[in-house]
Amino acid sequence: MTLDLSPRPAAAPLPRQVLAHAGMEARLMLRNGEQLLIAVVIPVIVLVGGVRGADRLGLDYDHPVVDVFVPGVLALAVMSTAFTSLAIATGFERRYGVIKWLGASPLPRTGLLAGKVGALVLVETLQVVVVVGVGLALGWDPAGGWAGALLAVVLGTAAFSSLGLLVAGVLRAEATLAVANLVYLLLLAGGAVVLPASAYGGFGDLVRWLPSGALGEAMRDALVDGTVGWTHLLVLAGWAVVGAALTARTFRWE
Amino acid sequence: MRYGERTALDGLSLAVARHTITAVLGPNGAGKTTLLETCEGYRRPQAGSVRVLGLDPVRERQALLPRIGVMLQGGQAWSGVRAMEMLRHVASLHAHPLDVDELGDRLGLGDCGRTPYRRLSGGQQQRLGLAMALVGRPELVFVDEPTAGLDPAIRRTTWELLEQLRTDGATVVLTTHYMEEAERLADHVHVIDHGRLLASGSPLELTRGGSVSTIRVVVTRPFPPGAPESLRAALGDGTEVTLLDELSLVVTGPADASTLARVSRWCEHNDVVPESLSLGRRTLEDVFLTLTGRELVP
Repeated sequence: MTLDLSPRPAAAPLPRQVLAHAGMEARLMLRNGEQLLIAVVIPVIVLVGGVRGADRLGLDYDHPVVDVFVPGVLALAVMSTAFTSLAIATGFERRYGVIKWLGASPLPRTGLLAGKVGALVLVETLQVVVVVGVGLALGWDPAGGWAGALLAVVLGTAAFSSLGLLVAGVLRAEATLAVANLVYLLLLAGGAVVLPASAYGGFGDLVRWLPSGALGEAMRDALVDGTVGWTHLLVLAGWAVVGAALTARTFRWE
Repeated sequence: MRYGERTALDGLSLAVARHTITAVLGPNGAGKTTLLETCEGYRRPQAGSVRVLGLDPVRERQALLPRIGVMLQGGQAWSGVRAMEMLRHVASLHAHPLDVDELGDRLGLGDCGRTPYRRLSGGQQQRLGLAMALVGRPELVFVDEPTAGLDPAIRRTTWELLEQLRTDGATVVLTTHYMEEAERLADHVHVIDHGRLLASGSPLELTRGGSVSTIRVVVTRPFPPGAPESLRAALGDGTEVTLLDELSLVVTGPADASTLARVSRWCEHNDVVPESLSLGRRTLEDVFLTLTGRELVP
């Protein structure tokens, strides 16, 4: 009976709430085997497989294959976390009543969103460390362009996370799981993420306008050529605006 | 409060006093959860007004939320989160949380502290939900069916905790369809059904009702058609006869030994063979039956 239940209510300072929530969501994401698979394992396999098997795959670029692949795999890593992982996690949060309960906690909705962004940043940082490490081990020689790459990661995260939340906020959890994984696979194969848009022939002019193509191209502009691909960045910003507007209109918390 | 065509709360009006335990009693679908969720700011009423701690739960939600604790029905945690990890996370959203380990021990969550939420038993999930509602030291707690499906020992622990909350100065609003829970815990009981308030009062007020008591009649063969009406006519004004099922009915009213004798005579005249005739004080269950014409727990 030592527990003192006398009321002393107050919310923690918002930054502390957001940090706690970001840490919590990142931990949950990394604890989940399937999410870890698409966040880290698949990008590394694609990178190593692409570089080691370039001859057999008939990949031939003006630059060494590893220099072309590392930016693309970084784009893939962003897509996997900001879109697929976020959509699946959020879909199941709705299903299990977590989002509903958090709606009655001191964490405001803006804090919840900020926490999710924080979790994405934490996981993406881990992914970048792993992919860059493996890339350097494979002999990657980046052309600089770090500012352009950072901008691409930020805008790519914004675009993909708004689309991920759009899917998660409308569909049931199982449907979200299926759609998020399917879209990931389709974009991995045909979305000009890892392979440059030029590899797709005439189709490449179309996929450049997809968030996947725009992110991949912006990363390659930055890290292969050392330039800033403003058109691609604008395309990503456009997707982010459209995705956020649609999500704000359609997201259902329960 | 309506969902499409369905009216969930209909002209319901009630107030809750501070430092008390209030029970909202009603069968499934009565509107209990809708009532709580309207107070918690999840739903905006189409008509009427709600004030919680003097605040509008929808417009002034951010000011209200840190001051209340909420336990929802059904789950409220990530499937992969560990029990105590979840509780610790909720504590970190508050400025002066309770000691997480002590609270966990008190609710018997110590043994399953590292178990992921999806592997907790229903009872453990419920206790974690209650802990999540209390850890921020709220002044007002809304708990939706806090002990549904719990075994008796844990139910008692939960009751003691809710009673201590009141002693320590918090206010508790709970929904339940357990009579004994309302009778044991509540200072005030509001009986609702079909979104309407049927009766309010302390358990004693509700069950006393002057000299009202009950006579339960249990028979061996089904009652003849029209039995309740005919029995009521034989007993006179001021009594109510409610058929519980085809083999039992309850008489409510100023029932004493002479009423008992009249019931017995009615049985004889109508070729009804009673298996038992019992005189008793009115329970909340009887009150509820008389008010709604249906059993609380189907």
